[in-house]
Amino acid sequence: MNVLEVHNLKKYYATQKAVDDVSFSLAPGSIFGLLGPNGAGKTTLIRMITGIFFPDEGQIQLNGKKFDPLNDILQIGYMPEERGLYKKMKIGEQAVYLSQLKGLSKSVATERVKEWFVKFEMQSWWNKKVEDLSKGMGQKLQFVTTVLHQPKLIILDEPFSGLDPVNTNLIKDEIYKLAQNGASIIFSTHRMEQVEEICDHIILMNKGRKILDGTVKEVKQQFKENLYSIGFEKLPIIPETNTSFEIIGRKENSLILKINEGYGPKDVLQFFLQQQQNILSFQEILPSLNDIFIKLVEGTPLARQFEKITA
Amino acid sequence: MNKTWIIAQREFSTRVKKKTFLLTTILLPLIIFFFYGMIIYFSVKGSDNYKVAIVDNANVFKGNLPGKNGEIIFEFTKEDTAVLNNKSEKKQIDGYLIVPVDYNLQNNQPLEFRSNKSVGIVTRDNIQKRINKELEEKRFVSQNISKEKFDSLRKETQIEYRGLDGNVEKQSKAGLSYAVGFISGFLIYIILFIYGTMVMRGVMEEKVSRIAEVIISSVKPFQLMMGKIFGIGAVGLLQFIIWATLITLLQVLIPLLVPGVAEQMQSQAMQPGMQGAQMANSGGAMTEILKNLNLINWPLILGSFIFYFLGGYLLYSSLFAAVGSAVNEDPQDAQSLVLPITMPIIFAIVIMMKAVNDPNSNLAVFGSLFPLTSPIVMMARIAHGVPEGVPLWQLLLSGVLLITGFMATTWVAAKIYRTGILLYGKKITWKEMSKWAFRKS
Repeated sequence: MNVLEVHNLKKYYATQKAVDDVSFSLAPGSIFGLLGPNGAGKTTLIRMITGIFFPDEGQIQLNGKKFDPLNDILQIGYMPEERGLYKKMKIGEQAVYLSQLKGLSKSVATERVKEWFVKFEMQSWWNKKVEDLSKGMGQKLQFVTTVLHQPKLIILDEPFSGLDPVNTNLIKDEIYKLAQNGASIIFSTHRMEQVEEICDHIILMNKGRKILDGTVKEVKQQFKENLYSIGFEKLPIIPETNTSFEIIGRKENSLILKINEGYGPKDVLQFFLQQQQNILSFQEILPSLNDIFIKLVEGTPLARQFEKITA
Repeated sequence: MNKTWIIAQREFSTRVKKKTFLLTTILLPLIIFFFYGMIIYFSVKGSDNYKVAIVDNANVFKGNLPGKNGEIIFEFTKEDTAVLNNKSEKKQIDGYLIVPVDYNLQNNQPLEFRSNKSVGIVTRDNIQKRINKELEEKRFVSQNISKEKFDSLRKETQIEYRGLDGNVEKQSKAGLSYAVGFISGFLIYIILFIYGTMVMRGVMEEKVSRIAEVIISSVKPFQLMMGKIFGIGAVGLLQFIIWATLITLLQVLIPLLVPGVAEQMQSQAMQPGMQGAQMANSGGAMTEILKNLNLINWPLILGSFIFYFLGGYLLYSSLFAAVGSAVNEDPQDAQSLVLPITMPIIFAIVIMMKAVNDPNSNLAVFGSLFPLTSPIVMMARIAHGVPEGVPLWQLLLSGVLLITGFMATTWVAAKIYRTGILLYGKKITWKEMSKWAFRKS
């Protein structure tokens, strides 16, 4: 059973279709990438899933039941993109307070905060105030407060911004662990290399609509351009008469080829083997998510325009 | 509701634990009492004597002119102006009055007062009155009217103000009612402002620090708003309880600590809530008021004070919260948005000032029923008692209207708050806010 199912969700503002007919589903234990350029409607979508906004149309199902913001909120952990903490409040108290609001009792909350602080080596911070923290430290604290109540669904909006590589890995590892323990994670970002590394499944939004949906592998297959890189001991001289591929580029002793329609890697290899070439490597070049992202989003205006909505 | 309680607790404890809370709560009454003590001290000690030399060339005063107690001393002298000028320069005397040789009681010539420094307006008045009173008596005597006869001619007739049933009490507490009504109305006015803006600032802080979004993913905006309002309301209540206790304590303590002040205090018979009575009445009326202290229905006043304090606070603080939620980073925006809320409060204090004098005028009745002004205006009427100041049915109606009023404002404010708290980067107008308030959710 899917942890989260979103069916035909719509949210229109006066001048924009912020989210326009978006559907997707989320399996338990999966890490889900929600991608899209600025203003694509990601935050609005997340706010509907967290119960902050009501959708205009469509349905959200959590664990197979209709989403009830009042009670189901406890199963969701949400870390918004814009970090927010009370600046003047002590860190330990603040973490306890925020998890109390999630429904934990004070004693349980205190215990868990202490556990997490040990895990993240933050024990000495307990009586410090948030205004004394660096941005990265604040980020770690915010992450802790998001997952303290052991939510089934964790939504992280740009969780690594402002973190150094060491702390990024620390949090990344925690995200993996949480997923292994059965939590599903929605991960919203524009950082494609992170998505490629972490996510199992992605959707790409642009102008409020879902324009791409699938596992990272599927998406890459879908957008591959039949490019291969082939490495030789010595660059061969290629007769112009071959029909199976075109040469796109050269790099030292390797060629980048585009296999023509109707042919496969087998034909290319055969061609070179017949020439008695020493092939050192042969590899398919898949597009990076970054390329796919840019390709899909390119051509649409950088900023969304305001328009009159009649719905 | 449980979460509202957790939020209220946090709002309460973070504020109460702050140093500024301790400072304002404990130091403020101390400072007020320090000044109060100083005023009493100086009034006991009296101002420096003002020494006036009189050169009575016509011998009008016959060498006898008692000064005004502790303020002006008259001395008779035969010295000439040069010597007196010199004395004045050396500050041995403050000035001198010359009665010319040809001065005649009947033709009222002006007298000349000379001084090397300018004479204060109060002192001028004191000298003029003292001299005139003495001259008046002399004139009567010169017409063969004795001082006793003169005094009996000048007797003032007292008018006794009574109710229709001939009862003196109802009317004689008017001065005190005025004071009590004025003070409690004014206190509520201050409370609305102080704690209303405190709520507004709290909401703005949450919005600007972006914690609102984190919290709203765990609790409903309404819970967050109400938690804040209740928490800060509790701070206000606590602060007033501490103030009231401190003031009562200090009033007992001051006479013990400063013995000189004790007699003065007793003669003025300071009681809690009596400062205002002093303003309204002075001197002899004071003892009368003291007698009437127990004529005021204190439980009624206290009970309705707390009711109108809470009602008014709840009504306005939700509006302040709504404004706070609509403001962006720039606190300047808050000023223009908050104006429509402060207007009725100021309007209320104006009506209240009229209502203490005339609790049954149409304006007072309207003001005490209309929920936006009733917390302030009704206090002024209640002080005059039920049913003299306000009929019971009006009091009850006002209470019901106030409760309905704050439910309505809270409902409207919650809708504005819900939208505003998550909206950034846009300057919001009242027109827009009213759209949020009245659209369907």
